[in-house]
Amino acid sequence: MLDDFLIRSTLAGLGVALAAAPMGCFVVWRRMAYFGDATAHASILGVAIALALSLSVFLGAMIMALLMALAVSGLSGRGYAVDTLLGVLAHSALAFGLVAVSFLSGVRIDLMAYLFGDILAVGKTDLLVIWGGAGLVLGLLAWRWSALLTSTLNPDLAHASGIDPKREQLVLTLALAVVVAVAIKVVGVLLIAALLIIPAAAARPFARTPEGMAVIAVVVAALSVLGGLQASLMMDTPTGPSIVCVAALIFAGSALGATLHRRLA
Amino acid sequence: MSLIEVQNLSVRYGGHQVLDHVDMTISCGEIVTIVGPNGSGKSTLLRSLIGAVPVASGKLTRAEGLSIGYVPQKLAIDPTLPMTVARFMSLPRRQQSRDVAIALEQAGVPDLSTRQMTELSGGQFQRVMLARALLAKPDLLLLDEATQGLDQPGSAAFYRQIEEVRARLGCAVLMVSHELHVVMSASDRVICLNGHVCCQGTPEIVASAPEYRALFGTGTQGALALYRHDHNHSHDDGCDHDHGHGRSPDSGAIPLHQATRSKVH
Repeated sequence: MLDDFLIRSTLAGLGVALAAAPMGCFVVWRRMAYFGDATAHASILGVAIALALSLSVFLGAMIMALLMALAVSGLSGRGYAVDTLLGVLAHSALAFGLVAVSFLSGVRIDLMAYLFGDILAVGKTDLLVIWGGAGLVLGLLAWRWSALLTSTLNPDLAHASGIDPKREQLVLTLALAVVVAVAIKVVGVLLIAALLIIPAAAARPFARTPEGMAVIAVVVAALSVLGGLQASLMMDTPTGPSIVCVAALIFAGSALGATLHRRLA
Repeated sequence: MSLIEVQNLSVRYGGHQVLDHVDMTISCGEIVTIVGPNGSGKSTLLRSLIGAVPVASGKLTRAEGLSIGYVPQKLAIDPTLPMTVARFMSLPRRQQSRDVAIALEQAGVPDLSTRQMTELSGGQFQRVMLARALLAKPDLLLLDEATQGLDQPGSAAFYRQIEEVRARLGCAVLMVSHELHVVMSASDRVICLNGHVCCQGTPEIVASAPEYRALFGTGTQGALALYRHDHNHSHDDGCDHDHGHGRSPDSGAIPLHQATRSKVH
């Protein structure tokens, strides 16, 4: 069954959707959209280093994303506004990554695959890595859910209940790095943030609880993956961007629906 | 037995010394109020007790397994985070829905459980936060200007509930309040704070301490007269002292003009 490339890419997309959507909810709740973007952009440098050293691209991207996230967390509050810091670090990392990739002979053609993803070329090993990573992220989020939610709501309330918000922040950073690493193959570094944020944003008007929002976001992300794959097959369009386009259309529908509902209510 | 003991506690924000060698002890079942002008470190002291503020020097000892209920001065819930009252009550630990209903009823807001937190009025929000803090069956309840945004009867009812809670749960209460008339009638002990502990003791002792008068005396003659009426010294304004507020928690009975005047901003 896994010999069919379409089944492999569907499974890969669904695996990423499953991990990215709940993670994306935290990114939205904590106003970390730029943070997610910066982390994702930085991972291209990790890809370049991994290719140069013949290491696993997944591992390289994850470590670089993690380093980037830790650097931003560590440097923030030292005289630079976080958005300035993210702008500097994210684009620098992306630029260094692109330059580093250009030194690698024979990789230049592949660059597009890392920038925009190449879901149709997902192999069985990739599938294993994606579902392993997705499982890890879901496990982490489920295990720390209540503590993460309390620290997201208010750090002081977390402290009063004996939860350390800094530790929970670290858990989220780790989960984000894993999501970025597994999503590269599917949507590419430039569009990972879209897969994090758009499903969560589309889910918001219809959710009454945090858990509800996470579940709806997963459904939106899964529909985007399925719809995007179909559209890209039918219209011969790049798959990663097609997935994001479908997600964006769902978001537009959701926003329109919410507005109409408010008007009529 | 002391629940929390603070010895020589100092806290700095940047180069600014917010708390300067503070000593304090909270024992089982007592109601202690911290008074002090704006910027005197009242909130910082409360936040340092829950571990939310890094301590520059000194020692903070908590009784083993101490459960703290914390009601912050203000809680801004991000509009991107959907949260019903019932879900909020179950953070971070899942509570039986029956217990949640009882807690909300006791807090005087029985019909709110399906409402979104962001839809509540200021007064409803404070009551829900108190109800949530009480669900954890705290040994120590920390209230940081918890009656902010409540009207006069609302805040009187709030403090009556605090006394009931103390009687029922036997928990100690440490609160920051600007409502001096309530402080003086409902507290076992008052700590007057201005970066350091100016004076502390029973309300009567504190009200007649020169340090307290130096902070609150000028411009609030009316307010001060209220608390000195138990002592055997005469007043310039010659008002008689038959407005029985003494140690009765029924602070709503205080004539409005005195209640207004006794607020220190």
